[in-house]
Amino acid sequence: MTLVKSVLAATAFALVTSTSAFAQRADLVLGVVLEPPHLDPTAGAAAAIDEILYANVFEGLTRIGQSGEVLPALAERWDISDDGKVYTFYLRQNAKFHDGSAFDADDAKFSLDRARADDSTNAQKALFAAIDTVEVVDPYILKVTLKRPQGSFLYNMGWGDAVMVAPESAATNAEKPVGTGPFKFENWARGSSITIVKNADYWGEPVALEKAEFRVIPDAAAAVPALLSGDVHAFPMAPVGEVLEQFKADPRFEVVVGVTEGETILSMNNGKEPFNDIKVRQAIAHAINRDEVIAGNGMGGLGTPIGSHFSPANAAYEDLTGTYPYDPEKAKALLAEAGYPDGFSATLKLPPPPYAREGGQVIASQLRQIGINLEIIPVEWADWLSTVFKEKDYDLTIISHTEPNDIDIYSRPDYYISYQNPDFNAVIEELDVTADEAKRNELYRKAQEILAKDTPVGFLFELPKIGVWDANLEGMWHNMPVQANDLTKVKWKQ
Amino acid sequence: MSAFLAKRLLIGLVTLIVASIVVFAVLEIVPGDPALLMLGMNATPEALEALRSQMGLDQSIPVRYFNWIGGMLMGDFGRSWTYSSPVLDLIIERGIVSLPLAILSLFLSTAIAIPVGIFAASRRGTIADSASMGAAQIGVAIPNFWFALLLVYLFAVWLRVLPAGGFPGWGAGIWPALKALIMPSLALALPQAAILARVTRSAMLEVLGEDYIRTARAKGMSRRTVLWRHALRNAMIPVLTILGLQFAFLLAGTIIIENVFYLPGLGRLVFQAITQRDLIVVEGVVMLLVASVVVVNLVVDILYAAVDPRLRVKA
Amino acid sequence: MSAHQAAPSRSFGLLLHAFGNRSFLIGSAITVLIALVALVSFFWTPYDITHLVVANKMKPPSWAHPFGTDHFGRDILSMIMIGSRNSIAVALVAVGIGMGIGIPIGCWAAARGGWVDETLMRMNDIVFAFPALLSAVMITAIFGPGAINAIIAIGIFNVPVFARVARAGAMSIWPREYVLAARASGKGRAQITIEHILPNIAAILLIQGTIQFALGILAESGLSYVGLGAQPPMPSWGRMLFDSQTRMMIAPYQALFPGFAIVVTVLGLNLLGDGLRDLLDPKLRRER
Repeated sequence: MTLVKSVLAATAFALVTSTSAFAQRADLVLGVVLEPPHLDPTAGAAAAIDEILYANVFEGLTRIGQSGEVLPALAERWDISDDGKVYTFYLRQNAKFHDGSAFDADDAKFSLDRARADDSTNAQKALFAAIDTVEVVDPYILKVTLKRPQGSFLYNMGWGDAVMVAPESAATNAEKPVGTGPFKFENWARGSSITIVKNADYWGEPVALEKAEFRVIPDAAAAVPALLSGDVHAFPMAPVGEVLEQFKADPRFEVVVGVTEGETILSMNNGKEPFNDIKVRQAIAHAINRDEVIAGNGMGGLGTPIGSHFSPANAAYEDLTGTYPYDPEKAKALLAEAGYPDGFSATLKLPPPPYAREGGQVIASQLRQIGINLEIIPVEWADWLSTVFKEKDYDLTIISHTEPNDIDIYSRPDYYISYQNPDFNAVIEELDVTADEAKRNELYRKAQEILAKDTPVGFLFELPKIGVWDANLEGMWHNMPVQANDLTKVKWKQ
Repeated sequence: MSAFLAKRLLIGLVTLIVASIVVFAVLEIVPGDPALLMLGMNATPEALEALRSQMGLDQSIPVRYFNWIGGMLMGDFGRSWTYSSPVLDLIIERGIVSLPLAILSLFLSTAIAIPVGIFAASRRGTIADSASMGAAQIGVAIPNFWFALLLVYLFAVWLRVLPAGGFPGWGAGIWPALKALIMPSLALALPQAAILARVTRSAMLEVLGEDYIRTARAKGMSRRTVLWRHALRNAMIPVLTILGLQFAFLLAGTIIIENVFYLPGLGRLVFQAITQRDLIVVEGVVMLLVASVVVVNLVVDILYAAVDPRLRVKA
Repeated sequence: MSAHQAAPSRSFGLLLHAFGNRSFLIGSAITVLIALVALVSFFWTPYDITHLVVANKMKPPSWAHPFGTDHFGRDILSMIMIGSRNSIAVALVAVGIGMGIGIPIGCWAAARGGWVDETLMRMNDIVFAFPALLSAVMITAIFGPGAINAIIAIGIFNVPVFARVARAGAMSIWPREYVLAARASGKGRAQITIEHILPNIAAILLIQGTIQFALGILAESGLSYVGLGAQPPMPSWGRMLFDSQTRMMIAPYQALFPGFAIVVTVLGLNLLGDGLRDLLDPKLRRER
């Protein structure tokens, strides 16, 4: 076997050296796993839409930077009233939509009103829930009045769902997106690829790339050869699993492991026996060996263990992984205390991503050790959303909650986890009206601690962002604070 | 003959109607709400309701069925929910990948199988015969997706002479497009070629055993002339039948192969549409595939009847 | 020629032929071997694959793990042994469904003729018009993926196959003299079918059965490969191929061994089918 490997490696090297070096390239082929259903970021939850268009084709009033910070975008700057209720945005005066029309406050008002209208099909309507009125003060000044102060408002306006659209093209963005970004949409070969090209009339710093093609490669098996053969230059979220080692060892490639906002959890149906019993949940928490789950998570054994619902990259993060350490004996004892000395049987519904389908098998094996027999049921996304998320027809499931700063989901009434704790809800309510950074972080820590202790779900790991790209490429995002592939700074090394 | 034709056409039509009812009914009970899938976990109920009525999902089942059938008769297959573009456009876009793929693999399998079959038949009982039929046995037993994987690692990763997958589109030029189809069609063709080679061999042997061939030989015709001029032509009838059946099979068989090579073809379209609950696309593609099978069967039936008048009476 | 005339001498002749028939010998040897492996796996496998030891993952073949270990640290040899149960069970039950429904339909159509025949055969055509993979995709979309649904999908595909074979066989037997004689003596169609037709078409049905069995194993692996067949943690060969294909470059053994298992099994069954045909179908025997 080693012989085969060395022959292989030799062949690979020979081929590398034989391929001619490219000078001054300005084209890029990026691999993406999922094809977007359409190209309107304001009318769909699919991350695939933002992964292509966010920051490249569409821009919002604000935008989220690589470390999750809020940056100015179409709003050059803003003022916040002392009561935290009135936001005055000063808009860029030289921004233009790709169809040539100028961007002004009327467009901004249209975009926000459209997103929060009664017949809106915006997938994140809650982002706009705090908005009371939107007024055009002047062609380049927009005043937004909130019903109540909201600490996360500027962050919310940086989401892909809050990008600015023009009234003339809003209805046709699904097929032919028209934004203000540094790239223009060029072509969508359905089922195959989406191409964007440089926007010569961009208001800001021009991009280095002339053309970028997002190629849809849904199969992990196809992603590896596509990268190795050079068909695809970069895979920002590379589904390469264990083959990562191979890429790391290959000088042609750069492998960057970054963080996302994806808290990967073993969700438990708290509204159902036996998971409504905290002892059962604690037993499960003690039975989970996070290191082993991560080692078998289908993502090359990468991922940071988490003990609560918070991203380790966030300033307010607190390490709570020691709350319920791996201890099968204690887990069995807790199960017996809860009235299940011989364990019980339950189902584990797994959506398509490898972290669920692969990690779920490790979890099932671990829970079997303490007498909990899990029947694994693989489900498609459509099925998961209907039966698990909406109808709460499940026992256990594994899911990565990739929305940034979404610890508040545990306070939502009627949420699929069915966790109820008034103390936790109080913390979240306070957070919503607090704008002071230090105070917010304090509250975030408190919320994390409550969750870690109550363990409404099994906290597993923070989803890694595994990027593999050509070693000559620079400016790719290392982290993924929002679902995006911001290409504005990407270029080929000279 | 016209009565026979009319009857065959009627049967084909009934098949299509029954198939349309089955397909529609089956997909009605598929769990999963397409609107919810599009809007995701944070969707508000009003937004969902708005989208559902946009998609026409608030109408009753029979109304939707007849709208669908009526539309298809007028050439309107409806609009894809996820792609929000006409289903017919999608089918054509994907068809220009799948159809050439099926034709190319049919061509490849014929080009491999018929010479091998004839060769084996003409050298019956020799080592060459056993070797080629042994190879055919193995060819039948190899799963095409596994063979496809081996091809990818050989030609795309090791030798780097062919793309690992994907399709540049016919706009990129004939050669780049064809290059992308070489491995997929080879993977699809191999098991079909193995079957076809076996059929060709036994059809040839059967014909070679017939009296008129013996007579021809007795009259002093060379073995080669007999083989190519007389035997081959008659042996082609069963071979063509199998080819006709294989074509329909190949169109559907592309589901797996298109997944291996991430080709944007009909198979991938239907597979994706099912997971995304884009039912109107699934219905359209399934009907198209069923219709193609019906048409191929019809053509085969008619060809048979033309060759053998007795069949007309029986039918 | 028919089962009626079967005499000890004929069985003896068959046995002699069987030992002289290479296809039959190799085919049955492989088939018996695979069946044995599946049986043994019920009592013993080298390792327990339900308990994952992830620390052992991605081990290349060695004395401890002759076929290596997978990405969860499971022993691939044990996985292939247990996976054989799944392949065999799915294909066997699917053949059972095809025979159980298809043979009665075919025999009935042949016995009644006329509009009954016509209707049954047209219904057959409708089922046949749905490519097997497509119906499998639709069935699993409704009921979710799983071994049972793979069985149903492959089984449905088998029904028209057996119906056609049974009908064609039965049609050729009905005009025979002894059948006509039986009819003249007042026996009913059902009785004649059971007493005379079925024994005479049993051979071609058995041959078709082995072919469909082999096809069933291929179809099951294809379905599992696209994720519609057996679901983890139940091992299946197609699923193992799917799981390992990304790692083909660093761990080719993970994809090679399950692939070989499929090829060898299907090859064995096809050879067995060919051998049976040579032995049981005298018309074909003459031609070969």
